[in-house]
Amino acid sequence: MESFGYFNYWLAIVIIMIGFYGVIARRNLLKQAISLGLFQTGVFLFYVTMGVYRSPDGTAGVAPIWTDAAKTGPFDNPLPHVLMLTAIVVSVSTLAVAVAIIVNIQRKYGTIEEDEILEADKRDS
Amino acid sequence: MDIELPESIRAHLPVLVVLLPLFGGLLAMFTGLVQRGGGVIAWAWSVLITGLMLVCSAAMLQLVHASPEPLVYRLGSWPEAYGIGYSVDALNAYVILVVSIIAFLTTVYAKDSVMAEVANDRHHLFYSVWLLAIAGLIGITVTGDTFNIYVLLEISSLTVYTLVALGGDRDRRALVAALKYLILGSIGATFILLGIGYLLMLTGTLNMGDMHDQLVRMREAGTLANNRTVFVSFAFLMVGLSLKMALFPLHLWLPNAYTYAPSAVSALVAATATKVGVYMTFRFVFTIYGGVYDTSADLQLLALCACLGIVVSSVAAVRQMNVKKVLAYSSVGQIAYIVLGFSLANHTGVTASVIHIFNHAIIKGGMFMAVGAVALRTGGTKIEDFKGIGRQMPVTMAAFTVGGCGLIGVPLTSGFISKWYLVQAAMEEGYWGVAAVVLLGGVLAIVYVWRLIEIIWFGTPDDPNKRVKEAPLSMLVPMWILIGASVYFGIDATWTADSARAAASLLLNGGHG
Repeated sequence: MESFGYFNYWLAIVIIMIGFYGVIARRNLLKQAISLGLFQTGVFLFYVTMGVYRSPDGTAGVAPIWTDAAKTGPFDNPLPHVLMLTAIVVSVSTLAVAVAIIVNIQRKYGTIEEDEILEADKRDS
Repeated sequence: MDIELPESIRAHLPVLVVLLPLFGGLLAMFTGLVQRGGGVIAWAWSVLITGLMLVCSAAMLQLVHASPEPLVYRLGSWPEAYGIGYSVDALNAYVILVVSIIAFLTTVYAKDSVMAEVANDRHHLFYSVWLLAIAGLIGITVTGDTFNIYVLLEISSLTVYTLVALGGDRDRRALVAALKYLILGSIGATFILLGIGYLLMLTGTLNMGDMHDQLVRMREAGTLANNRTVFVSFAFLMVGLSLKMALFPLHLWLPNAYTYAPSAVSALVAATATKVGVYMTFRFVFTIYGGVYDTSADLQLLALCACLGIVVSSVAAVRQMNVKKVLAYSSVGQIAYIVLGFSLANHTGVTASVIHIFNHAIIKGGMFMAVGAVALRTGGTKIEDFKGIGRQMPVTMAAFTVGGCGLIGVPLTSGFISKWYLVQAAMEEGYWGVAAVVLLGGVLAIVYVWRLIEIIWFGTPDDPNKRVKEAPLSMLVPMWILIGASVYFGIDATWTADSARAAASLLLNGGHG
């Protein structure tokens, strides 16, 4: 059960590694950019999981929203969740800049395959 | 030189240095509404903003030196443990001043270079992004909050990718270089984010000083020994930071990005971006982990990477056919010197690092400016474009030559001062091999700098009838201020050495802002 309790962390690492592998192994620039997005998504899962509270005897934390005075903790930590809102924005902007550059590469080179681009550069110089 | 500012401004200096370029950048976009000459207005606006920023950061350094405590600025008056706190001490006040000086001078320089190299309808956007990049770089340096570092790091990185990609108007390879930089840079930043995540898990706070205090408390309670989380956080942070500061062998993004970026961007980025990476490493290694986590094994690994980096990148620099690429590879080597200094972890070594941050910034900034001036006049930066250029652009090329001497570390240039401290630091530890590598790096620098100098002064142009003019004054003045400073601080290093010593004491005594 102990290792199952870490299920989300395992999942986060698996997603991060799939994304990381994609960035390195794919030769298509757009696929690299998508893999980069996946890579960052894994980190979001990691942070979100971190904020969730579960005491050793199994009681889960509740959302820290003050709706009911009788509701007294333990609360989940909202801080990592809030951080991820910013990180998601950053990730989206990174992807946007990447895609904008890829569009320009397509216009100037006529391809977004890394091998063909390298070959075109070699022909130039 | 005393700068008197009214009290109402003085209290807000730490946040002003970030807000000026941040809002200045957003406003610069509106100059696009002017049909003709919008680019020049945007340029003048940027000069104004960076000039004000320079005044603010100079005043801030004075303030920090005058007070025994670091300046703390709480955004929205939240206590530091909950909100974002900016804190300025002897180390970051110094780095902020370096970045501001370079930002101001490169902005002045940028006018003609950008006019020639960037498409006309994009000038206002160029300056807008340019100011945002400066805001990000200054922000990383001023903040005391780790997550804020990540956000500002992404602001500066995204804008720098864009600036590099703008070189695509002239050479399409800039686009590929920018994308490569984007992918590797984002991986680096995400690793830093993961490292910060593990630290947050461990300490429950994002403030650097607080993190350190929590770690000290945990160590005293005995829960830090063999703690896997602290180990993993350090590993992620170091890999991410090494990518960001282009430490060998994670430097692969750097040469092409510097080479194909517009000239003004090369000068700004080469002089500041990697230095800010080094600053972040200082903060994480010394301010957060200093004294609580045994970093000596990792620092030895860094020292090894740095030694290899010095040799390999210098050898690579010798073989390049593009002058900008020679300088880019030389930058990888110079970053390795800075890393080598602090990885020795003694007082002289850290001092050497901090001094070299300044010295390398002014030397490399000045040299990239000189190359940019040649690019403006001849249209290229290949070795052929430089043949015999010394006789046609003597003032520019004299600056390039003096800068080259600084890279080698000839006495009476500031490069010599850095190397002097570095060799001294290595000897204090008894690492003779490291001292030898530093000297070997100097010898290799002679080879690649001399190769260029020979072509510049003694080569014959391919086309003897081709006449080129000397660079315009708006380029020569900032170039010579930087190069002149590198000679001045080579002769009288009191200011740099004192500031660096103060910063080094602060770092090694576990001081935190």
